[in-house]
Amino acid sequence: MATPIQMPSLSPTMTEGKIVKWLKKVGDKVTSGEALAELETDKSNLEIEAYDDGTLAEIVVGENQSAPVGSPIAYLTPKGGKAAAAPTPAAAPKPVEAAAPKPPAPAAQATSAASAPVASGGRRVRASPLAKKIAKDRGLDIAQVQGSGPSGRVVKRDIEEALARGVKAPAAAPSAPVARKAPTAATVARPEARSEPLSSMRKVIAQRMTEVKPGVPHFYLTLEVEMDAAVKVREEAKAMELKVSVNDLIVKAVAMAVRRYPKINVSLQGDQVVHHGSVDVGIAVALEQGLITPVIRDADTKGLQAISTEVRELAERARKRALKPEEYTGGSITVSNLGMYGIDQFVAIINPPQASILAVGAVADKVVARDGQMVIRKMMTATLSCDHRIIDGAIGAEFLRELRGLLEHPTRLLF
Amino acid sequence: MPELMYREALNQALAEEMERDANVFLIGEEVGRYNGAFKVSQGLLDKFGSARIIDAPISELGFGGMSVGAAMVGLRPVVEMMTWNFAILAMDQIVNNAAKLRHMSGGQLRCPIVFRGPGGAGGRLSSQHSQALESNYAHFPGLKVIAPATPADAKGMLKAAIRDENPVIMFEGERLYALKGEVPEGEHVVPLGKADVKREGTDVTVITWSRMYYFCMQAAEELAKEGISVEVLDLRTLRPLDEEAILASVRKTNRAVIVEEGWALAGIGASVVDIIQSKAFDELDAPVERVTGLDVNMSYAANLENATQPDAPKIIAAVKKVLYRQGA
Repeated sequence: MATPIQMPSLSPTMTEGKIVKWLKKVGDKVTSGEALAELETDKSNLEIEAYDDGTLAEIVVGENQSAPVGSPIAYLTPKGGKAAAAPTPAAAPKPVEAAAPKPPAPAAQATSAASAPVASGGRRVRASPLAKKIAKDRGLDIAQVQGSGPSGRVVKRDIEEALARGVKAPAAAPSAPVARKAPTAATVARPEARSEPLSSMRKVIAQRMTEVKPGVPHFYLTLEVEMDAAVKVREEAKAMELKVSVNDLIVKAVAMAVRRYPKINVSLQGDQVVHHGSVDVGIAVALEQGLITPVIRDADTKGLQAISTEVRELAERARKRALKPEEYTGGSITVSNLGMYGIDQFVAIINPPQASILAVGAVADKVVARDGQMVIRKMMTATLSCDHRIIDGAIGAEFLRELRGLLEHPTRLLF
Repeated sequence: MPELMYREALNQALAEEMERDANVFLIGEEVGRYNGAFKVSQGLLDKFGSARIIDAPISELGFGGMSVGAAMVGLRPVVEMMTWNFAILAMDQIVNNAAKLRHMSGGQLRCPIVFRGPGGAGGRLSSQHSQALESNYAHFPGLKVIAPATPADAKGMLKAAIRDENPVIMFEGERLYALKGEVPEGEHVVPLGKADVKREGTDVTVITWSRMYYFCMQAAEELAKEGISVEVLDLRTLRPLDEEAILASVRKTNRAVIVEEGWALAGIGASVVDIIQSKAFDELDAPVERVTGLDVNMSYAANLENATQPDAPKIIAAVKKVLYRQGA
């Protein structure tokens, strides 16, 4: 029997994928890592890679056809034989012995790898109760373990194998065998996220807020920012022939404010509050078909110029639908800017599992009162939407006040 | 240790208990002059006489009720039902009287009585005579229900049942009576309510009772050849269930398969699953599987009869399923 190649889950929101094109045909030999097909997901186009050597035995889902995540799209006859393919994941008689050296189970790997690269987002991890218990006891992040059971269920033997391999990756890092191919400079030794259970008070707050506002219960905070100094920074950069936009400044300021108010850098996953270790800022990019939010990783540690270059590069590829999932998942907070459309003020909807989003309007000359005098200043309205289950008004307000301070006195961004 | 047939082990238990206690008597259809429909009471009439080995008319409700009355006034009746299919007629006496006298009389009355007979499929007897009815009786507080698989347990548990102060329902088996096994001589009493690990294993717990036990042992042998270590837990008593033994074994193996001759809906196995999921949820590495009789009336035709019942291949498939093995 051949091994099924399953429709991979390449993003937390992906439920099905469409085969754009098969790059291999039935009978072709494939080697591990080779691209098999082009896939269109809800976010972008990606290639499906083979996780094993073998021969493409059958194509189940043809070009321009869609299939749900986890369903077989093709079958691979593993290298070196026909019947041998029958995947007996636990070749060893007892899962416990998985720690001992044992022959790899290629079939099992192929299935699991293809089925469930469990994303760092809010996606549910399928695991047996025992597997969950062992993972918890041993401090293993179960989201990092590939399940070999039905529908990618993580079972005891998978945990044992993972422990033997020494897997202990942080929850926030994107997993998946499709590892980040071009790591950005800042990806080395990023601060780890940590989870802690909701306190009972927070639990009640979360529950009550959800009763009133089902889903993610939002609340909104708005303030006006005087942008004269920020605009001046852009002009000075321009004079130095450096391309820096006001939006880049906002991204940087948001990152710095998040770093100073880490209470805003959280996500709710089940009944756990995840405190993100790094400051990753998403930017909403409008596409013809919709919207995507590429993420600037470690934006707090990057210079304005680096942020500017990265934003432009990511936005460019987003418009071409060429982003990789790890480039638009995760993230602490998102900045949505409709200033270029002349929008004065709007409220944005949170992009879960993030817990906040900043909506910024246009920078416009307005008459304001300063020292009892009417003066004209460049004003911008910023509205922060927060997930009230884990963020309260005071925290949001402190963060927003800090953000205003940073934008009004951009030299503070240097410190 | 002498090797006896299941029916001989029961005979020995009856004879020993009747010798020990003059209040014990046996009543049922053809238990006396015919020496029992399945020869369980062989020789007992000659030994104990017709006052204590009583041939009853074909009237299960009648002699069932009469025996309940005898138990109320101090005797210790053993009521043989030719099969449990026929005992359905006596259900009212068993359920409404035997099981409830102690309660209804505020403890003034007691009912030390044993109802026993074969349950399950006998072999080409069709739907009216092939039922595994133990879950019916296990439903009622006030009754104890036992279903020993081996001759040794049959002897030890019948002795315990006769000595019990409350009504005990005992399921034997037409296809068990001729099976042989070592049986301890003399005072061998197996306490009710205690399951028995008949085969130790580490990979999966197979929980069963009565005749299905043999299919489970057969499956365990087969699976051992593939390196799968099966623990076979023989419940022996179905009410009360030995929760401790069930949980201890599941905690060891993290996987369970329950094998039951009767139908799945409201079966004993459903209650065992309930115990496991509610008290050992975090120990489970796979959903508990059940192998049961098919949800149809039993066919007369031998091939269909076999297909209806659990057997070793079905058990092997279930074991592999909970182990996430291929071929499941």
